[in-house]
Amino acid sequence: MIEIQNLTKEYGRIKAIDNISFNVEKGEILGFLGPNGAGKTTTMNIITGFISSTSGVVKVAGVDILENPVEVKRHIGYLPEQPPLYPDMTVNEYLDFCANLKKIPSKKWKSQKKDIMELVKVTHVSHRLIKNLSKGYKQRVGFAQAMVGSPEVLILDEPTVGLDPKQIMEIRNLIKLLGKKHTVILSSHILPEVSAVCDRVVIINRGKIAAIDTPDNLSKSLTDFSRFTVTIEGPENKVKNIISNIYGVKYLKTSSRIKDNEYSYIVEADKNIDVRKPMFYQLAQQGMPILELKSLNLSLEEVFLQLTTSEEKEAV
Amino acid sequence: MRAIIKRDFKAYFNSPIAYVLIGLYMLLLGMFFNSFLGLGISDFMSEFVASMGSTLIIIVPILTMRTLAEDKKNGTEVLLLTSPVRVTEIVLGKFFACYCVFLVMTAVTLIFPLIVIIEGKPDIILIVCSYLGYVLIGAVYISLGVFASSLTENQIIASIITLVSIFLIQNIGYLAGFFSGFLNKVFLWISILDRYLDFIRGIVDLTSIVFMFSYTAVFIILTIRVIERKRWSQG
Repeated sequence: MIEIQNLTKEYGRIKAIDNISFNVEKGEILGFLGPNGAGKTTTMNIITGFISSTSGVVKVAGVDILENPVEVKRHIGYLPEQPPLYPDMTVNEYLDFCANLKKIPSKKWKSQKKDIMELVKVTHVSHRLIKNLSKGYKQRVGFAQAMVGSPEVLILDEPTVGLDPKQIMEIRNLIKLLGKKHTVILSSHILPEVSAVCDRVVIINRGKIAAIDTPDNLSKSLTDFSRFTVTIEGPENKVKNIISNIYGVKYLKTSSRIKDNEYSYIVEADKNIDVRKPMFYQLAQQGMPILELKSLNLSLEEVFLQLTTSEEKEAV
Repeated sequence: MRAIIKRDFKAYFNSPIAYVLIGLYMLLLGMFFNSFLGLGISDFMSEFVASMGSTLIIIVPILTMRTLAEDKKNGTEVLLLTSPVRVTEIVLGKFFACYCVFLVMTAVTLIFPLIVIIEGKPDIILIVCSYLGYVLIGAVYISLGVFASSLTENQIIASIITLVSIFLIQNIGYLAGFFSGFLNKVFLWISILDRYLDFIRGIVDLTSIVFMFSYTAVFIILTIRVIERKRWSQG
């Protein structure tokens, strides 16, 4: 549905985005993850045709954005980080204006308007001026704006920023619902959000893609216990003897002595074998309790942090 | 384009700005009208329209300052530029919305010639010619104002740029006096006030009409270029 090839945007000597390529399939929810200033908004602004790229190709539904921008824009609904609202209009007037602007036939719009307003729950504020609405409602009106004309692609720039937890849940559910009919690109710097909603995640940092994968694959590291530290009460050489005889353990080392008779160890095991259970039972039998067990593998947060901060260190 | 004209035009009348402008305008013109009456000249309407033209230097900056600057500030620029409309349509929409407000204001001023026609025997054709010139020079100033508004997101700055620029193009004819030969001709040629005064004198020349249209078109094209350029900007 969306093809992005070797996209680059330069501001003077700074590369806001640097040679990015990825595809988004039809009906997919793609998460765009990165710290502030990573180039998420720039990429989205280019896909929507708000700004142009320095080089590279963006195709939406097979149409090149440079060759036929109007046609591409017809396929896209965009919710920028700051919802583009006219404060002096009522919600009704504003949405009618958007429909006119996007040249939606008035008959089609009449039936659609009701559905959209019910979906984002703004029906009961439809006669109020936008400037008098709360941040959450403004965001919803912005959402409604993006959905006007039911475009195939929805691009949402940090749609949950500044909302309260209940509203965040509602917006996330809404995005999931929309993902069934539309292709969605959604940006965020909140990791659990992306993993809760998206089919696939692009992690971007300093204008470059750091990783593309499903949230499942990215969070496998969370449940991967092939490397861990364990603190056990009991004589060091006895404990070592027991652990090293467990099937699957490849490496064992005492990392520190905490107090008398209490040591922590680093254990490495075969990737496919969970050694934690046999270790627990055998140590328990000998009356040597496990006091602490912690994976040495990176959590998703740490993966994200590592992917996005290592380059910064280089640059500094 | 129609959607933008409709929205912007309504926005003027939903906010106090249109009413304040029309009130201010009628106040100024009423004062002028009164002093013209006091002069005791029978056929002063074209002179009066000429003075309407000079009040535009205050009216137009207030009218146009919000057009594109406000969209930039609100973030609605994104909405317009990511909708399936061309930049040309956006700019023309903004221009015509302002121009329609201007025409409403002009319609209100028709009360002055009406009074004169009822009470005396003015040269009606002369009044029509003056008004034609007035409506054309209004288009030039408004396109200039829209252009200024595309340069900044600060409405005050936009209005000051417009005011100064209108002053400049009004008075560029005077510069001609300081030069001779080619430059003199150039300055006279681009002088908008001389063309305007032709209309006031009842001379409707096709070249003058084309001249006014071209002036307007130049500023509209410049505005489109400014917006397009920003999209392509590298800095």
